[in-house]
Amino acid sequence: MIALGPIGFLAPWLLAGLLALPILWWLLRAVPPAPLRRRFPAVVLLLGLEDKETTPDRTPWWLLLLRMLAVAAAIIAFAQPVLNPTDRIPGRGPLLIALDGSWASAQSWAVRQAKLAEVLQYAAQDGRPVAVVRLTDTPKADAPLAFADADTAAARIDGLEPNAWAPNYAPWIAAIAEAEPFETLWLSDGLARDGRLDLYAALSEKGNVSVGETGTDLLALKSVRIDSGDLALGAARLSESGERRFALSAEGPDPAGITRALARTDGAFAEGVTEVEVRLELQSELRNRVTRVAIDGVRSAGAVQVADDAIQRRSVALLGGAREQEGAALVSPLHFLRKALVPTADLFEADLADTLQSNPDVIVMADVAELGEAETQEVITWVEAGGHLVRFAGPRLASSGIGQREEHPLLPVRLRAGGRTVGGAMSWGEPKALDPFADGSPFFGLVIPPDVSVTSQVVAQPDPNLADRVLASLADGTPLVTAKDLGNGRVILFHVTANTDWSTLPLSGLFVQMLERLAISTRAGGLDADELAGTTWLPEKTVDGFGVLRDAAGLAGVDGARLAARDFGPDMPPGVYVSGDRRVAVNAVDADTQITPAVWPGGAAFVAMTAAIEQPLQSWLLMAALALLAADIIATLWIGGRLQARGAVAALALALALTPAETHAQTEEDLLRAANNTVLAYVLTGNSNLDALSRGGLTGLSAELFRRTSIEPIAPVGVNVETDELSLYPFLYWPISDTQTPPSAAAIAKLNAFLRGGGMILFDTRDSNVSGGFGVGTPNGRALQAIARQLDIPPLEPVPNDHVLTRAFYLLQDFPGRYANADVWVEAAPPDAEQIEGMPFRNLNDGVTPVVIGGNDWASAWAINEDGRPIFPVGRGSAGEQQREIAFRFGINLIMHVMTGNYKSDQVHVPALLDRLGQ
Amino acid sequence: MNQLSAQAPDALRAEAEAQAAGFPGLLAEASQLAATVSLGAHGRRRAGPGDEFWQYRPAVAGDAQRQIDWRRSARADGHFVRQMEWQNLQAVHFWIDQSASMAYRSTDKLPAKGERARVLGLAIAILLTRAGESFGLMQDPQPPRSGRGQVTKMAMRLGAAGEADDYGVPPGKDMTTGNRAVFVSDFLGDWDALLTALGRSAEQRVQGCLIQVLDPVEEAFPFDGRTIFESMSGAVNFETRRAKALRDGYLERLAARKDALAGLARETGWTYLCHHTDKPARPALMWAYNALSEAGL
Repeated sequence: MIALGPIGFLAPWLLAGLLALPILWWLLRAVPPAPLRRRFPAVVLLLGLEDKETTPDRTPWWLLLLRMLAVAAAIIAFAQPVLNPTDRIPGRGPLLIALDGSWASAQSWAVRQAKLAEVLQYAAQDGRPVAVVRLTDTPKADAPLAFADADTAAARIDGLEPNAWAPNYAPWIAAIAEAEPFETLWLSDGLARDGRLDLYAALSEKGNVSVGETGTDLLALKSVRIDSGDLALGAARLSESGERRFALSAEGPDPAGITRALARTDGAFAEGVTEVEVRLELQSELRNRVTRVAIDGVRSAGAVQVADDAIQRRSVALLGGAREQEGAALVSPLHFLRKALVPTADLFEADLADTLQSNPDVIVMADVAELGEAETQEVITWVEAGGHLVRFAGPRLASSGIGQREEHPLLPVRLRAGGRTVGGAMSWGEPKALDPFADGSPFFGLVIPPDVSVTSQVVAQPDPNLADRVLASLADGTPLVTAKDLGNGRVILFHVTANTDWSTLPLSGLFVQMLERLAISTRAGGLDADELAGTTWLPEKTVDGFGVLRDAAGLAGVDGARLAARDFGPDMPPGVYVSGDRRVAVNAVDADTQITPAVWPGGAAFVAMTAAIEQPLQSWLLMAALALLAADIIATLWIGGRLQARGAVAALALALALTPAETHAQTEEDLLRAANNTVLAYVLTGNSNLDALSRGGLTGLSAELFRRTSIEPIAPVGVNVETDELSLYPFLYWPISDTQTPPSAAAIAKLNAFLRGGGMILFDTRDSNVSGGFGVGTPNGRALQAIARQLDIPPLEPVPNDHVLTRAFYLLQDFPGRYANADVWVEAAPPDAEQIEGMPFRNLNDGVTPVVIGGNDWASAWAINEDGRPIFPVGRGSAGEQQREIAFRFGINLIMHVMTGNYKSDQVHVPALLDRLGQ
Repeated sequence: MNQLSAQAPDALRAEAEAQAAGFPGLLAEASQLAATVSLGAHGRRRAGPGDEFWQYRPAVAGDAQRQIDWRRSARADGHFVRQMEWQNLQAVHFWIDQSASMAYRSTDKLPAKGERARVLGLAIAILLTRAGESFGLMQDPQPPRSGRGQVTKMAMRLGAAGEADDYGVPPGKDMTTGNRAVFVSDFLGDWDALLTALGRSAEQRVQGCLIQVLDPVEEAFPFDGRTIFESMSGAVNFETRRAKALRDGYLERLAARKDALAGLARETGWTYLCHHTDKPARPALMWAYNALSEAGL
């Protein structure tokens, strides 16, 4: 096998046949095309004429080229070319296949697997021992590189999946140090990383290293945060070149609990830009449901951000005990709470009834003493259903005396009457500092600033269960924060005020941290090692390499510090971690992750990853050769004059028949003509026979109108209801055919405007011979219904005897077309129309009926050809001609009605009409 | 010998049937074509024997008494003789080219040139029959005759197989002075032979019309490529390497031949029409009939 670029040949010696091409050229060139014998009586006139041109007796060069190409294609085809012949890694020794196996590899994992399979297949053919390792795994202590049979390794490929974290090269450098020499194929994920060059150097010491990198442009979702109510999504990509568009979707449970995309947005990287921020507007209810944000179509843990409390913000209701006084913001019991919670929670303030109705996650009551009996019960119900009630003490609580004699359900502890003040002007002692938080307290690990001091507090009664309920206490052991569980919820009491009256706690950052630890507020930014210090986190959901959320099973808890350091490993995969009431998502990629292309030392050998699939080209080339030969046949015939003009015409006709029918479009001239003249119009149905019939019919009617009346229409036009302007036409004839596509919404709107503007449509189902009127019984009737259902059509009735249509020009009793005796329907008379004594007609139809619907196939009765003769027979003999005449009269009445409206209904004409009616 | 005599009648009859087969169709087609032309007798615009009234003239001495039209004479003082228009019967000689070249047709949709020529000729003959003229084929040694029988005879003769020669030449037949002639051919044959035939006709003071029937392909020459053109019998052929290059030369020559024919006709007092087989026959028939009428028929 030899290879030319991406094409290799399995039988290259056959290419020698190409050497014969010049000889073939010479031979073909020498033989002119055979002459054509043709009978031609006028040959005598040709005798003696000079043949001026001599070239065509040789085959023209382009025809020769065509044949050469055909032969060359055949020769090359039989040499069995193969596109993308795979390059093997030659050698016999052991082969280490190292995969980065990170989230970045996941995007093109299938390519890697295919490459792996192919390499293993060749290794098996060569009998090489192979070891496949994922560098994201920790090397096994006893045998980090277990070289084994390639077939054994191949069996494991399908089960091999990328890990969701980045590889750590350091242990591998150590692990391979003592191994025997081997060759390496490193299927890299293409990201620059610390230690990559060191590992490369270490591997190079053992033998040749080949590197495989996919050219896939890596996409990663680096951060999700809340910025002024919107979700701000930071996306990054690896390459800088070109523009790249992507779509992001935020997923979460819908009200039924089924996970689906709650919102979607598009983003784009401009040329040369690698990081972009996309904003996603979401209502806070929706945003709180978001569990996962991902780049659509990218299967990678790096393209996924799992949402945690930072996104799922709590809704917190603030209840202040007393009406705030204007201008006293800093002493308001709610001021510091607002400041602390606004950035990280959805705050609202309302009265208790409204608050409970909106079912917040947390209710904060600042110095609210006693609630009403019913209110208390409602709050208890709410807490038991999972609410967090946070209360702050204050003068009112202290003086109200609630929870002193017995434990109040909405207070964690019994309180002693009065409370106490220390370190004030009228008291002994110093203001109390906070005792360090005990192990087991939710505040454990928080650093207490030295300047936090408490001057007043409410004091808990020393009950037996007090110790369990203390979350934080002062240096003298008196409780500062107490809590108790109530149902599924919790009641927490800060024994100080929420403002600075009693302590400086609200002024310190500790206050915010404490609120966060109590899951009242949420984190504002990234993980903070200090915040997480001393906590233990249990994985709730983990993210696999492809970015799929899975239930974490069998994983032990992780120390908060490690979580903050994002030191991922098999025992700490990315995912959602829970500690108490708090949830933290640690994602494979965060805002600090560097996404830059890997740099390899000069001289690194690369293997192709993309074109792993061999593609035999033989069949394609043979087909090309056949196609060229077919072209040669046609060309030869053409050269020899054997290609009959008739055939060409037929081919042309066929080509024309295959091209779509000429599209109809109104030109400005058409519009002008329609505006300056009376033009009857018909609706183009797309059925050419039907359109010709409509045209003939309206031509006949126009001719009769011109002859008999002062309406002098010019030739009718066909209109396309989808594209054409309708307002210029007074009248539309619409033959219904079941093959017609129903009009689009835009066309319906246009038709409705046409009807409202005084236009008339004559719907003709053309089937009253079978249906006895229009209806659902026939396909055309159903088609009419489908169209008319959307139109703005008033109630209908069969034409009453005194309708103006019966006397607009001619006096008519019925309205036959090609078929007779079927009802014709028009807009119904107003229900209050009554016949006036002595008048033959009711005063009806103030205006033109917008539609006339029937099935009498009028167009066929009206239709005339170019000679002015009727196209279709109507009825039999002279009776039929009489029917045609009546049909014309109906048409004339109809157009008169369209043009003059209810003019003939005007009672002024009644005497004359009565005269003519002989009454 | 026995075999031959046994075969002979069969072969003869088969041939006769084959010949007769084309006849009714030809005759019917020609009748149909002739039916589209209505005509009256063609007077000579002078007094003479005939059925149509020509003029009243005062009787002169020598007029027979029975020639006097008493009805006219009663309205005037003098006597008047009623003269009829001279309607003499003329003989028309037809030469319908039956040679091989006339069998040519470029496509199946068009009639062969010979077919059109026969129909045209026969239709003229039928019209002549209606006018009572006598006519005959020049190939026929018999003198011209009139009547329906003559039409049938002419149709029989024309329905027979054509000649084997490539190009036809008008046969030299003695025609009475003042007779008319209709030559229908493609006139592609030997020019000198045609010149001789027409010259002899002119000498005999025979006038008539030349109808040149051509196939549209012969006018257009839509050929290209390496081609050997052959006459219908194959006797004449011409090879070209690129037929398209010959087109202009050919068209020139064809135009020259047509001009020559028209000029010849002008000189000898004949009329000339070029008719194409893709055109309807009726205008050509009308033209021919008018041409014969104007020639004094």
